Amino acid sequence: MSVEQWATLSDQAFDGAAVVLALAWIAHLVEYAASRKVAYAASPVTVGAAASPTPTELPEPERRATLFGRIGVALSVLGTGVLGLGVLARGTAAQRVPWGNMYEFATTGVFLAMVLYLVLVKLQGIAWLGPVVTGFAVTVLGLSLLVYTPVGPLVPALDSHWLVLHVVAAAIAGGAFVVGAGASAFFLVKSRAERRTPVDQRHGYLWRLPTADSMDRLAYRVHAFAFPIWTFAALIAGPIWAYYAWGRFWGWDPKEVWAFITWTVYAGYLHARATAGWRGKGAAIIALIGFLTFVFNFVGINLFGSGLHAYAF
Amino acid sequence: MVLDERLGQRPDTAPPLPARQFARWIWRQLVSMRTALLLLLLLALAAVPGSFVPQVDVDAQAVFAFAEKYPYLVGTFEALGLFDVYASPWFSAIYLLLMVSLVGCIIPRTFVYARALRARPPQAPRHFDRMPASGAFDTDADPDVVVGRAVQALRNQRYRVDRDAGTSEGPVPHLGVVRAEKGYLREAGNLVFHVSLVGVLVGVAVGSLFGYRGSAIVVEGEGFSNTLTQYDDFTSGALFEPSDLPPFSVALEEMNVSFWIDGTQRGAPRLFEAVGSVTPAPEEPAEPFDITVNNPLQIDGTSVFLVGQGYAPIVTVRDSDGEVVSSGAVPFLPADPTYTSTGVLKISATDPQLGLEGFLVPTTGVLDDGTIVSVFPSAFDPTLSFFAWEGDLGLADGSPQSVYSLDKEQLTRVEGADGEALRINLGRGESVELPGGGGSVSFDGIRNFARFQVAQAPLKEFTLAAAVAGMVGLLGSLFLRPRRAWVRVREVDGRTVVEVARLDRVSGADLGADVDDLVAAVSGEGVARGTSGKDRARRAWLSGEGVARGRDPES
Repeated sequence: MSVEQWATLSDQAFDGAAVVLALAWIAHLVEYAASRKVAYAASPVTVGAAASPTPTELPEPERRATLFGRIGVALSVLGTGVLGLGVLARGTAAQRVPWGNMYEFATTGVFLAMVLYLVLVKLQGIAWLGPVVTGFAVTVLGLSLLVYTPVGPLVPALDSHWLVLHVVAAAIAGGAFVVGAGASAFFLVKSRAERRTPVDQRHGYLWRLPTADSMDRLAYRVHAFAFPIWTFAALIAGPIWAYYAWGRFWGWDPKEVWAFITWTVYAGYLHARATAGWRGKGAAIIALIGFLTFVFNFVGINLFGSGLHAYAF
Repeated sequence: MVLDERLGQRPDTAPPLPARQFARWIWRQLVSMRTALLLLLLLALAAVPGSFVPQVDVDAQAVFAFAEKYPYLVGTFEALGLFDVYASPWFSAIYLLLMVSLVGCIIPRTFVYARALRARPPQAPRHFDRMPASGAFDTDADPDVVVGRAVQALRNQRYRVDRDAGTSEGPVPHLGVVRAEKGYLREAGNLVFHVSLVGVLVGVAVGSLFGYRGSAIVVEGEGFSNTLTQYDDFTSGALFEPSDLPPFSVALEEMNVSFWIDGTQRGAPRLFEAVGSVTPAPEEPAEPFDITVNNPLQIDGTSVFLVGQGYAPIVTVRDSDGEVVSSGAVPFLPADPTYTSTGVLKISATDPQLGLEGFLVPTTGVLDDGTIVSVFPSAFDPTLSFFAWEGDLGLADGSPQSVYSLDKEQLTRVEGADGEALRINLGRGESVELPGGGGSVSFDGIRNFARFQVAQAPLKEFTLAAAVAGMVGLLGSLFLRPRRAWVRVREVDGRTVVEVARLDRVSGADLGADVDDLVAAVSGEGVARGTSGKDRARRAWLSGEGVARGRDPES
């Protein structure tokens, strides 16, 4: 295949992935809608394909919710596969790692986030995060078209091994931040519901989800996974690359400032989980703030267009 | 880091404290986890303004532009240090307090940790079945053999193991106890991480005290020697002496520049390469160099980076008698991605003095209204476009002037025949007579220039090592699991009962399988023999069918 064909394949794969993930999202929303009609006893049912009883034994609304949950996960797997194909084709077309500009960072980042999510669906049964994660993936894929960049070579400043490490680490950490933020947001909703809802009124979507405690644990694990990777991306690989490209390893460029802010806020999250009075709600809010700083760094700072990172991420 | 949460909290109604106690109270507040957390969040918040307000150290030009746009803000912003946030007293105060808090926490914890390393693994709990994971079985084996197996099994799992001889005293008489602990490196990792943060801060601080950074524009065919006067801008640490500058000099022979001509990335940079020779010190032989982006020249602990490039039109100015009064390549500063560049030329040898101010486009495009724009960054078809000014350049009073702008106070713009300001556009090789017998200007060609950044960042290797050590420590502190395990052999109703318990000091582990393994190893047969219903239930629970505390029910 020629470069142009790979490039076209990549574009089509990204479009296709966006459509499939959008369908996955819709499936999860249908699951949500169906669950609202389900009356549940005090004991929450575990969500996740492996643990669910066969749908035929269940009452109609629950059967439908379970079915659409599974469809959502299946479509997510398909969409992620297609997305991966797009990333691969993009790299083949450009003959370099496919994260050389904002568009590529967004698509690769969404792919890594989806892979992480699906791995955790398999290992930890976190399909309940589906509505948030697929929704986020579709949104980012859609918005990435606004910064669409045709396949092309790298500008000299980006031609570095440290680029590969810096960016891929930032993307992996970012993917984990997405999952972590979803878990923290769900935790806030669920723990509030657990505090306020009398046991006999606990029915509907929320009560099919795991306990707030296990959401909190998931959030912690994902953030604990992401934090060292972010440390490496932002505070080790980034400065090394900056040193070779710009002659200083840290210069308080707006991008660097916000990478530092994100790091500090997530460091705060890890500490908050060990501080009396901040566990649970406080920590979860800090995690969400951390995620907002990450998103702002990627979107806001790029749109301001100032600073040395103006070409890309 | 937690020192001791309880000590940090005194009732509000406490009587006035003597000074010494008050100081202790303040200290305890400062090193408490809560304070550290607030300082962390405050640090994040304090870093924000520096990303919106231009910073002197990042882009001094932007600060000037900001000051011109919002003159009424300048005084306040300067007083608050908002143009230099990261060196401002309030920002420094936050991170220094954070560091004090951190050190005040690390030191006592290091002693606690050192004691824990020397101490024996903790005593066995009285009730094994209250531990997060436990098991029990009967055995016919000799108690000493069982204890020996337990010691071996736990050592194989890299526990630090100790044993208590059997005793008939105490609340729980027994025939032997094995106590074991592992995962000490978690706290070590935690301490290393926090010490490394101090290391990074020290590295950065010392590096910036002794380091320097400057940039200089060097036109092809010209050179640069590493002295203060040759820099366009220069910043250095408080303890830096200009005599510390290594006495090298650089001669730039060629600045190779190319851009993508076709394809989707048309106009994007393709290659920047500075080729020339460097003389490490006077009297020493010159060596060739080849600096590209991402590949600096290293010399005497100093690095020379290629951080930019641009065009210097070669302009010759003659007076009304045809004598050359100015000739040479004048760097014009690029202002956009297509290298529309601005610059000035000051000619003081004429009377009246002459100033040219204008822009250069490397590849010329003309809009419908006649405006000249740059359509490509390579110098394929350049146009030099300028206004001429006559009068006094203001150089005589000795006050410093930028070479990139004109002081127009005593200058008047040269006008054309129509009385309008005269804009002069010259293609390469063209020349023009200034009206009124003011002489002539010719645009003879273009040379590339390189913008080098010269920097010395002492201790950068130390800082990097500290950062890497910090990350390794961080991984240890997040992922190592400190664990305790106990095995106790008792005689109950004439039977020999072996009890096993494990405690994971951080949540999230699957202890059940661990205990099963240990039970199998200690029983020596790979089979645990439980008899009572309670035991069976416990075994079912341990085998993963049940729920261990700290294990996600849904997983």
